[in-house]
Amino acid sequence: MRAVASTRGFFRRVNAMLTKELLQLLRDRVTLATMITIPLMQILLFGYAIDTQPRNMPTAVLLQESSDIGRTIIRGLENTRYFRITHQVHDEAEFDRLLQSGRVLFGIEIPANFERELRRGDRPALLVAADASDPVATGSALAALAPLVQTVLERERAIPQTTPPPFEIRTHARYNPAAVSQLNIVPGLLGTILTLTMLFFTSLAVTREIERGTMESLLAMPISPVEIMLGKILPYVVIGFFQAAMIVAAGYLLFEVPIVGSLALLAALTTLFLITNLSIGYTFSTLARNQLQAVQMTLMFFLPNLLLSGFLFPFAGMPQWAQWIGEALPLTHFLRIVRSIMLKGSDITHLRYDALALVILMLVAMTIAITRFRRTLD
Amino acid sequence: MSSAVADGPMPVPPGVGEIAIEVEGLSKSFNGKQVVRSLTMQVKRGSIYGFLGPNGSGKTTTIRILCGLLTPDTGRGTCLGYDIRTDAEEIKRHVGYMTQHFSLYQDLSVRENLEFVARIYGIPSPRRAARAMIERLGLQDRAEQITGQLSGGWKQRVALGACTLPEPQLLLLDEPTAGVDPKARRDFWNEIHALAAEGLTVLVSTHYMDEAERCHEIAYIAYGELLTYGTVEKVVANSHLSTYTVSGPDLTRLAEELEKRDGVTMVAPFGVSLHVSGPDAQALDAAIAPYRADRALNWQRAEPSLEDVFIELMGQATTRRS
Repeated sequence: MRAVASTRGFFRRVNAMLTKELLQLLRDRVTLATMITIPLMQILLFGYAIDTQPRNMPTAVLLQESSDIGRTIIRGLENTRYFRITHQVHDEAEFDRLLQSGRVLFGIEIPANFERELRRGDRPALLVAADASDPVATGSALAALAPLVQTVLERERAIPQTTPPPFEIRTHARYNPAAVSQLNIVPGLLGTILTLTMLFFTSLAVTREIERGTMESLLAMPISPVEIMLGKILPYVVIGFFQAAMIVAAGYLLFEVPIVGSLALLAALTTLFLITNLSIGYTFSTLARNQLQAVQMTLMFFLPNLLLSGFLFPFAGMPQWAQWIGEALPLTHFLRIVRSIMLKGSDITHLRYDALALVILMLVAMTIAITRFRRTLD
Repeated sequence: MSSAVADGPMPVPPGVGEIAIEVEGLSKSFNGKQVVRSLTMQVKRGSIYGFLGPNGSGKTTTIRILCGLLTPDTGRGTCLGYDIRTDAEEIKRHVGYMTQHFSLYQDLSVRENLEFVARIYGIPSPRRAARAMIERLGLQDRAEQITGQLSGGWKQRVALGACTLPEPQLLLLDEPTAGVDPKARRDFWNEIHALAAEGLTVLVSTHYMDEAERCHEIAYIAYGELLTYGTVEKVVANSHLSTYTVSGPDLTRLAEELEKRDGVTMVAPFGVSLHVSGPDAQALDAAIAPYRADRALNWQRAEPSLEDVFIELMGQATTRRS
């Protein structure tokens, strides 16, 4: 009898607690709305955007002979939609420059006398340079290349498929020839970890003052919104810098990720990236009404950073609209910067576009934060 | 605490008159609900001005308008000669505002909080200023204690210290002693009087009648309207309230009966006696006449207390609004 009574008491108390939680949840309309719309938005966004078989990867071609067979191969490659020919170059130096700046992922060279040697059965070499700093992006296209060229040749030029094929594909995987995934993952993790921690540091900065009641005093003091913002961001730049140093050191010592380029440039652009993310987090803090909303906004912003920046899935493989979204995310630019400096040894002239993008994102975030910061309690 | 203060009165800045606060026709609404209605008031420099009124009467809103945290819908005014609409930055520099809820950083020590305030206001030597304030507050033993762990009384004292550290000319204190024990309240008020003696103007809101009586002047606000103001004596005299005290057996039943009679507007128990009041002396006399004959009851004419006056004012305001 007593057991029954106490069981009933248990359910009654759980019910009381549950009812209270529901009431509080229903009162916070913004949180409720995000709970419903965010999963829907994200499944649509990521479902359409992510393709692990990347297509339309920017490719440069160098035709050393002007033969029908060369043009046929190039057209055939384009038809597969793996490759998109963006550049016709005239020497190998141009190849290097395009690959170095990350504007193309592949360079395909059809050497002189290719057709003649092919017909003679000399197995000429088709030269392919691939940017392997992201092995996921380039790997599947490379694997598909040989059967693809054979099919094209048979269909268009009536050259029978043989084993081994009548030509040789000489692949040169640049920057990460062994396709070691750590070489891609460690720079990516650097950006991802910094994004998450920086966003969280500042996204609670203003809401915490409001929730603890300290904001009212602060507003009554002679300090301007810009001063408050800078004072709240700067300490975390130092902390973020230490985090970055630890990750880079661990990558170098434990995973043998080289730092081919300038360490000073990496440090400078990492600092820029830290400030950009801290500014965005701070902006969320001025938009959110409580800490829970700030956390939700942070996660909402972090997921596309993770999925659309080119870290987990190849950037070049995403549809155009998803790439535009990606361009608006700091991690996209930072990934290019880190991979370029650490693996390719790029200098600032190669990275000026991405550095500029980070500066613009930072300024936009700061402007929103300052204009949204409420100087009164109205 | 007050004995430590002996620097003499602060000089009044040139070009600024004897009036610290002067506002006219202030109104403020939130979501269509009018919180302050056409409020006009004046506070003299160097005086302690008590701001009284029931909960939700617009005291906090008025104080926030005065220190530039809220913009009034209508009306104009100055604080220390600075326009409350346009000179918010100057007001912030010269006005100390102590919020109703404790608003220092609870996870910082007393010293760290004070140094923070000193730095924000650009005081040349923040460490020295904080140390001096800690001594003045008698907090030497607690300087390194985390502020959140202090008792209510000590917290209020630290908060007052933080407000006065930048040497403001005007202090706005919003219910500074709510929930603080009587000894701590008395110390707090001694400090306020010491500050006023130095030339500081203090506007303080409170619910405590004994605190109201320690002010130089008071104002009573209900439903956003200023109902009366002046010295305590003047406010009591202006109320034209007549009051009797009555003691005897079965006061509960007596109170119930008296409340129903015309001419009696208020019956309130005070210990073993009742306060019976009405705005019209003749009507009150008529109303209680039958009970004065009762030998068991001891009737005496009395001065209305400030509390009697305020409750009467509130009753009038409620009647007028409904």
